[in-house]
Amino acid sequence: MTSPESTNTNWKQRNNLNTKRLAKWTAAWVISLALATFGDKFIWQQNELITAIAIGINFLVGIMMIMVNKQHLIDLDELQQKIQLNAMGLSLGIGLIVGISYSTLDTTGLISSHAEISHLIIVMALTYMIGIILGNRKYQ
Amino acid sequence: MKNRLKVLRAERDLTQAQLADLLNVSRQTINAIEKGKFDPSLPLAFKAARLFGLIIEDIFEDEAVE
Repeated sequence: MTSPESTNTNWKQRNNLNTKRLAKWTAAWVISLALATFGDKFIWQQNELITAIAIGINFLVGIMMIMVNKQHLIDLDELQQKIQLNAMGLSLGIGLIVGISYSTLDTTGLISSHAEISHLIIVMALTYMIGIILGNRKYQ
Repeated sequence: MKNRLKVLRAERDLTQAQLADLLNVSRQTINAIEKGKFDPSLPLAFKAARLFGLIIEDIFEDEAVE
Protein backbone atom coordinates (compact mmCIF):
# COMPACT_ATOMS: atom_id res chain seq x y z
CA MET A 1 0.00 0.00 0.00
CA THR A 2 1.33 3.46 -0.89
CA SER A 3 1.99 5.63 2.11
CA PRO A 4 -1.05 7.92 2.47
CA GLU A 5 1.13 10.70 3.82
CA SER A 6 3.39 10.65 0.81
CA THR A 7 0.50 10.48 -1.69
CA ASN A 8 -1.33 13.39 -0.11
CA THR A 9 1.85 15.36 0.37
CA ASN A 10 2.30 14.86 -3.34
CA TRP A 11 -1.31 15.95 -3.95
CA LYS A 12 -0.85 19.07 -1.81
CA GLN A 13 2.53 19.82 -3.33
CA ARG A 14 1.10 19.39 -6.81
CA ASN A 15 -1.74 21.78 -6.01
CA ASN A 16 0.64 24.34 -4.52
CA LEU A 17 2.89 24.01 -7.55
CA ASN A 18 -0.09 24.37 -9.91
CA THR A 19 -1.28 27.50 -8.07
CA LYS A 20 2.18 29.08 -8.21
CA ARG A 21 2.56 28.15 -11.88
CA LEU A 22 -0.85 29.66 -12.67
CA ALA A 23 0.04 32.85 -10.78
CA LYS A 24 3.30 33.15 -12.76
CA TRP A 25 1.63 32.63 -16.16
CA THR A 26 -1.21 35.01 -15.26
CA ALA A 27 1.34 37.65 -14.26
CA ALA A 28 3.25 37.02 -17.51
CA TRP A 29 0.04 37.40 -19.50
CA VAL A 30 -0.88 40.69 -17.76
CA ILE A 31 2.66 42.05 -18.29
CA SER A 32 2.70 41.00 -21.96
CA LEU A 33 -0.75 42.58 -22.42
CA ALA A 34 0.45 45.84 -20.84
CA LEU A 35 3.52 45.75 -23.07
CA ALA A 36 1.46 45.15 -26.22
CA THR A 37 -1.00 47.90 -25.23
CA PHE A 38 1.32 50.65 -24.01
CA GLY A 39 4.63 49.70 -25.68
CA ASP A 40 3.29 50.80 -29.04
CA LYS A 41 2.86 54.35 -27.77
CA PHE A 42 5.54 54.74 -25.11
CA ILE A 43 8.42 52.40 -26.04
CA TRP A 44 8.71 51.59 -29.75
CA GLN A 45 6.79 54.57 -31.17
CA GLN A 46 4.16 52.78 -33.27
CA ASN A 47 6.43 50.33 -35.05
CA GLU A 48 3.82 47.96 -36.48
CA LEU A 49 6.09 44.93 -36.69
CA ILE A 50 7.09 45.15 -33.02
CA THR A 51 3.44 45.73 -32.06
CA ALA A 52 2.38 42.64 -34.02
CA ILE A 53 5.12 40.56 -32.35
CA ALA A 54 4.07 41.87 -28.90
CA ILE A 55 0.44 40.95 -29.58
CA GLY A 56 1.53 37.52 -30.84
CA ILE A 57 3.59 36.93 -27.68
CA ASN A 58 0.63 38.04 -25.55
CA PHE A 59 -1.60 35.56 -27.42
CA LEU A 60 0.85 32.67 -26.95
CA VAL A 61 1.33 33.47 -23.27
CA GLY A 62 -2.48 33.51 -22.98
CA ILE A 63 -2.65 30.01 -24.49
CA MET A 64 -0.08 28.80 -21.95
CA MET A 65 -2.09 30.43 -19.15
CA ILE A 66 -5.20 28.51 -20.28
CA MET A 67 -3.30 25.20 -20.36
CA VAL A 68 -1.80 25.78 -16.91
CA ASN A 69 -5.25 26.75 -15.58
CA LYS A 70 -6.71 23.56 -17.07
CA GLN A 71 -4.12 21.46 -15.26
CA HIS A 72 -4.78 23.41 -12.06
CA LEU A 73 -8.50 22.59 -12.32
CA ILE A 74 -7.87 18.90 -13.13
CA ASP A 75 -5.71 18.46 -10.03
CA LEU A 76 -8.22 20.02 -7.61
CA ASP A 77 -10.37 17.67 -5.56
CA GLU A 78 -14.02 17.14 -6.52
CA LEU A 79 -15.49 19.74 -4.13
CA GLN A 80 -12.99 22.37 -5.21
CA GLN A 81 -13.81 21.57 -8.84
CA LYS A 82 -17.52 21.98 -8.09
CA ILE A 83 -16.91 25.38 -6.47
CA GLN A 84 -14.84 26.46 -9.47
CA LEU A 85 -17.45 25.20 -11.95
CA ASN A 86 -20.26 27.08 -10.17
CA ALA A 87 -18.20 30.27 -10.01
CA MET A 88 -17.25 30.03 -13.69
CA GLY A 89 -20.86 29.30 -14.67
CA LEU A 90 -22.03 32.33 -12.73
CA SER A 91 -19.31 34.50 -14.25
CA LEU A 92 -20.08 33.32 -17.79
CA GLY A 93 -23.84 33.79 -17.36
CA ILE A 94 -23.57 37.23 -15.80
CA GLY A 95 -20.90 38.20 -18.33
CA LEU A 96 -23.14 37.19 -21.23
CA ILE A 97 -26.26 38.95 -19.94
CA VAL A 98 -24.46 42.11 -18.80
CA GLY A 99 -22.33 42.16 -21.96
CA ILE A 100 -25.31 41.96 -24.31
CA SER A 101 -27.31 44.54 -22.35
CA TYR A 102 -24.29 46.86 -22.18
CA SER A 103 -23.65 46.49 -25.90
CA THR A 104 -27.34 47.14 -26.69
CA LEU A 105 -27.25 50.28 -24.54
CA ASP A 106 -24.31 51.45 -26.65
CA THR A 107 -25.73 50.54 -30.09
CA THR A 108 -29.12 52.10 -29.31
CA GLY A 109 -27.42 55.26 -28.10
CA LEU A 110 -28.87 55.09 -24.59
CA ILE A 111 -25.39 55.63 -23.12
CA SER A 112 -23.05 58.32 -24.35
CA SER A 113 -19.79 56.37 -23.90
CA HIS A 114 -18.69 53.34 -25.93
CA ALA A 115 -19.17 49.85 -24.46
CA GLU A 116 -15.62 48.81 -23.53
CA ILE A 117 -14.59 45.13 -23.34
CA SER A 118 -12.49 45.96 -20.27
CA HIS A 119 -15.66 46.85 -18.34
CA LEU A 120 -17.09 43.44 -19.16
CA ILE A 121 -13.89 41.72 -18.02
CA ILE A 122 -14.07 43.60 -14.70
CA VAL A 123 -17.70 42.46 -14.23
CA MET A 124 -16.78 38.85 -15.04
CA ALA A 125 -13.73 38.87 -12.75
CA LEU A 126 -15.74 40.32 -9.85
CA THR A 127 -18.57 37.83 -10.44
CA TYR A 128 -16.08 34.96 -10.50
CA MET A 129 -14.51 36.10 -7.22
CA ILE A 130 -17.93 36.46 -5.60
CA GLY A 131 -18.82 32.97 -6.86
CA ILE A 132 -15.65 31.51 -5.30
CA ILE A 133 -16.34 33.24 -1.97
CA LEU A 134 -19.99 32.10 -1.93
CA GLY A 135 -18.99 28.55 -2.89
CA ASN A 136 -16.40 28.33 -0.14
CA ARG A 137 -18.85 29.71 2.41
CA LYS A 138 -21.52 27.25 1.30
CA TYR A 139 -19.27 24.23 1.89
CA GLN A 140 -17.56 25.45 5.07
CA MET B 1 -27.34 11.53 1.64
CA LYS B 2 -26.55 10.63 5.25
CA ASN B 3 -23.21 9.19 6.21
CA ARG B 4 -21.27 7.79 9.17
CA LEU B 5 -17.95 9.32 8.20
CA LYS B 6 -17.63 11.41 11.36
CA VAL B 7 -18.33 8.42 13.62
CA LEU B 8 -15.95 6.14 11.73
CA ARG B 9 -13.28 8.81 11.79
CA ALA B 10 -13.72 9.37 15.52
CA GLU B 11 -13.55 5.62 16.18
CA ARG B 12 -10.14 5.58 14.54
CA ASP B 13 -8.95 8.76 16.29
CA LEU B 14 -8.44 10.58 13.04
CA THR B 15 -8.75 14.32 12.55
CA GLN B 16 -10.47 15.72 9.47
CA ALA B 17 -7.06 16.74 8.14
CA GLN B 18 -5.67 13.24 8.63
CA LEU B 19 -8.64 11.63 6.89
CA ALA B 20 -8.31 14.18 4.10
CA ASP B 21 -4.66 13.17 3.78
CA LEU B 22 -5.60 9.52 3.57
CA LEU B 23 -8.23 10.16 0.89
CA ASN B 24 -6.21 12.71 -1.08
CA VAL B 25 -8.77 15.49 -0.74
CA SER B 26 -8.91 18.78 1.11
CA ARG B 27 -10.05 19.06 4.74
CA GLN B 28 -12.88 21.27 3.48
CA THR B 29 -14.18 18.33 1.44
CA ILE B 30 -14.19 15.97 4.44
CA ASN B 31 -15.98 18.60 6.52
CA ALA B 32 -18.60 19.19 3.82
CA ILE B 33 -19.24 15.43 3.44
CA GLU B 34 -19.56 14.95 7.19
CA LYS B 35 -22.04 17.80 7.43
CA GLY B 36 -24.06 16.38 4.54
CA LYS B 37 -23.44 19.47 2.44
CA PHE B 38 -21.61 17.57 -0.28
CA ASP B 39 -22.11 14.08 -1.67
CA PRO B 40 -18.85 12.42 -2.72
CA SER B 41 -18.36 10.82 -6.11
CA LEU B 42 -18.52 7.03 -6.38
CA PRO B 43 -14.70 6.68 -6.65
CA LEU B 44 -14.23 8.74 -3.47
CA ALA B 45 -16.95 6.78 -1.67
CA PHE B 46 -15.24 3.51 -2.67
CA LYS B 47 -11.92 4.89 -1.49
CA ALA B 48 -13.41 5.77 1.90
CA ALA B 49 -15.02 2.35 2.14
CA ARG B 50 -11.71 0.63 1.34
CA LEU B 51 -9.93 2.76 3.91
CA PHE B 52 -12.37 1.80 6.69
CA GLY B 53 -12.59 -1.82 5.52
CA LEU B 54 -16.33 -1.53 4.95
CA ILE B 55 -18.74 -1.52 2.05
CA ILE B 56 -20.19 1.76 0.76
CA GLU B 57 -23.63 1.06 2.23
CA ASP B 58 -22.06 0.83 5.71
CA ILE B 59 -20.89 4.43 5.37
CA PHE B 60 -23.38 6.17 3.11
CA GLU B 61 -27.13 5.92 3.27
CA ASP B 62 -29.55 7.05 0.59
CA GLU B 63 -32.19 9.11 2.39
CA ALA B 64 -34.72 8.33 -0.33
CA VAL B 65 -34.64 4.65 0.66
CA GLU B 66 -36.72 3.85 3.76
